[in-house]
Amino acid sequence: MTSPLQRKLKISGPTAITANRLADGVVVWLTSGGAWSMAIAEAAIATTGEEVQRLLTLAHGDENTAVGAYAARVEVTAEGRAAPANLRERIRVNGPTIAPAA
Amino acid sequence: MYVYDAFDRTFLQERVAEFRDQVARRLSGELNEEEFKPLRLMNGVYLQLHAYMLRVCIPYGTLNATQLRALARVARRYDRDYGHFTTRQNIQFNWIKLAELPDAMADLAEVGIHGIQTSGNCIRNTTTDAFAGAARDEIEDPRLYAEIIRQWSTLHPEFTYLPRKFKIAISAARHDRAATRVHDVGLRLHRRDGETGFEVMVGGGLGRTPYIGKTIRDFLPKEDLLSYLEAIVRTYNLGGRRDNIYKARIKIQVHELGAEAFAEKVEAEWRQIKDGALKLDQAALDTIADRFLTPDFEALPDDPAELATALANPAFARWHANSVVPHKVGGHAIVTLSLKPVGGPPGDCTADQMDTIADLAERYGYGEVRVAHEQNLVLPHVRQKDLPAVWRALDAIGVATPNVGLVTDIISCPGLDYCSLANTRSIPIAQKLTQRFADDARIADIGRLHVNISGCINACGHHHIGHIGILGVEKKDEEFFQISLGGKGNSKARLGELIGPAIPESEIVDAVERLVDTYLELRASPAETFIAAVERLGIEPFKERAYAPR
Amino acid sequence: MPLVKSGAVAADPFTAVADGAPLPDGPVIISADRLLAEQGTLAARNGEIGVAWPNGRDVAELQPLLGRLSLVALAFPKFRDGRAYSQARLLRERYGFKGELRATGNVLRDQLLMMARAGFDGFEVEKAADAAAFAQALESYSLFYQPTGDGRRTVAAARRAAEG
Ligand code: SF4
Repeated sequence: MTSPLQRKLKISGPTAITANRLADGVVVWLTSGGAWSMAIAEAAIATTGEEVQRLLTLAHGDENTAVGAYAARVEVTAEGRAAPANLRERIRVNGPTIAPAA
Repeated sequence: MYVYDAFDRTFLQERVAEFRDQVARRLSGELNEEEFKPLRLMNGVYLQLHAYMLRVCIPYGTLNATQLRALARVARRYDRDYGHFTTRQNIQFNWIKLAELPDAMADLAEVGIHGIQTSGNCIRNTTTDAFAGAARDEIEDPRLYAEIIRQWSTLHPEFTYLPRKFKIAISAARHDRAATRVHDVGLRLHRRDGETGFEVMVGGGLGRTPYIGKTIRDFLPKEDLLSYLEAIVRTYNLGGRRDNIYKARIKIQVHELGAEAFAEKVEAEWRQIKDGALKLDQAALDTIADRFLTPDFEALPDDPAELATALANPAFARWHANSVVPHKVGGHAIVTLSLKPVGGPPGDCTADQMDTIADLAERYGYGEVRVAHEQNLVLPHVRQKDLPAVWRALDAIGVATPNVGLVTDIISCPGLDYCSLANTRSIPIAQKLTQRFADDARIADIGRLHVNISGCINACGHHHIGHIGILGVEKKDEEFFQISLGGKGNSKARLGELIGPAIPESEIVDAVERLVDTYLELRASPAETFIAAVERLGIEPFKERAYAPR
Repeated sequence: MPLVKSGAVAADPFTAVADGAPLPDGPVIISADRLLAEQGTLAARNGEIGVAWPNGRDVAELQPLLGRLSLVALAFPKFRDGRAYSQARLLRERYGFKGELRATGNVLRDQLLMMARAGFDGFEVEKAADAAAFAQALESYSLFYQPTGDGRRTVAAARRAAEG
């Protein structure tokens, strides 16, 4: 999972825009209304390169709310909601896979 | 250890105030992210997967009990009750909020610690031997020079925007415990005809293009230390590559110019400044040396009765055999605290553990604690007669696993569980390995074996210099791991050799176990260590077995 | 882009002149190439001369010409590119340049103090707000660990003084 920041924009399936909230670093997802949500299920799902580009531009324009926005491939649940599609995004959504120091 | 005076404290307060203002300007939007990022990095603040991470500098790995308690307080107040010790003798907090960072830093500044220059393209904190000031094989305490370098490099107006980060390590013992050959500048202290001086190595480093440092000077008189460093860093600042981030470290400049040509440039620059303001005369050395408090050691007989009695207990004896080494003062010992419990994340330490360790340091260890680059802690000065009591107390909080230097004393970077640059996870691999090798007698039989894990090519887990090095690579969203063998980080530093194609995550633990079993079968005698066997036999016999079908 | 001199926003008497364009009267800033190529004719000129020196070029080349120069402008194409700090120190501390040393390019508030310490005394600050905060930026620290040619008080000197 090469850091998405270093990767060129290429769309392979449903995609959502994610970033970290400026004030506390919390993982957030861009909603269709252009706001940021902590729930991936509320993320806007884009399926075309143009749509992703549009959302990304919107996200980058809001760098004072959320930083480091990038396009992440997502899976679409039966309810039509976004869900993480790879290990990196699963970890971002669910937290570390390890129990921290006991 | 070095005690901050009013000047150091004023400086730190000014630094916190400056950062508070920068954070406020970022939050108000006055500074954009591009402008702010280098500023926060230079205070040790990263943005990771889940949150901001604060990397706190522990200058040359030395802490006092009060400072350790302050770290525990920060862990509780601003984080999730634990911290992670790194291979650069720092501690990282994984869950800090940007808006709270200035307060966390102000709390740390009260006890003289900070995150200054733990990141960014500047001179990072100088690392050294965790046993400094205690080791028997030491020529002189390297921390005096590490502190001199710290002061010189702190907010250096010329060297804060270098092509890339710049790391200095210094060792003053016969045995190099600071991996000086794999740093941008490595310094080894020697004594010649009663004079102290340094062997200067440049251009070492791991990461995607690993190099072993080249010696450009055999013996630099100590008074010239800073002027020589200034000449090196100036040569790098002006001539290092800035066109490609992957080629921007000094090692590439040294490699492209050739070590000799690079050395000539440095020497030419140095001749112009060697007798200038940076010359370290005795008075300059003394002002710093005076601020170092050395414990008032009372020499005691070695091997006191309390120790002899305790050694009858096999559990104590096993711990003593690998966690305790002789101290330069009679009747004392250096104790390593393993932060590698079976199944635990390597290097993690809870706030409660920190508090207890601080208490123990005060009670039994002249108030001093060290951070070792192996991601363990050290009580550098313990009376031998107190060892049984110390062991019981350490065992009670889970930091007396008798695995120091053994196969489960794994060095691991945070990997994909925290790090935004990662390809794969690394901590879970370490956890599984420690579970596979949980038997104390078995790991003692296996003997000295360093396993290092990095979750990407940046090599924060120093996998190139692990006897067994494990590097995470990603293929089609699946985690794979490459194994290298035969790396070493000491004065005979060597990079490990890749044994073949990457192995899927589900098979990596078995593969490592097969490597270890191969060693046990092929070793000439139990006295032949893993690394010695690899050197004698080459990687072939290991390679065959690592990939053998189960 | 406000110019800050002696701690305050000031008018810029210098005019930047493109290569090949005729030199107007009054203070000018020309390129390094032009300076080197036209040394002879420039020597005869009355007005003040400044040069925009690229950050990839050795300032030792400038040494013989410094006596004729009133200003050297050094570049920060990105504030993260710190080569001009070294160039500035060399010009001031090694070659004894006494004229204006001007920081140009991506000059931002949080680097102003470093620049001043390296020997800059003219600042083409990118943002007006940063120019207004100039004095404050220079006062962020009251003492410094390492000596440079700027004469600011070092910790070592303060310690010696305190010890009497
Ligand atoms: S080696 Fe890679 S994954 Fe591990 S901490 Fe460093 S950058 Fe992150």
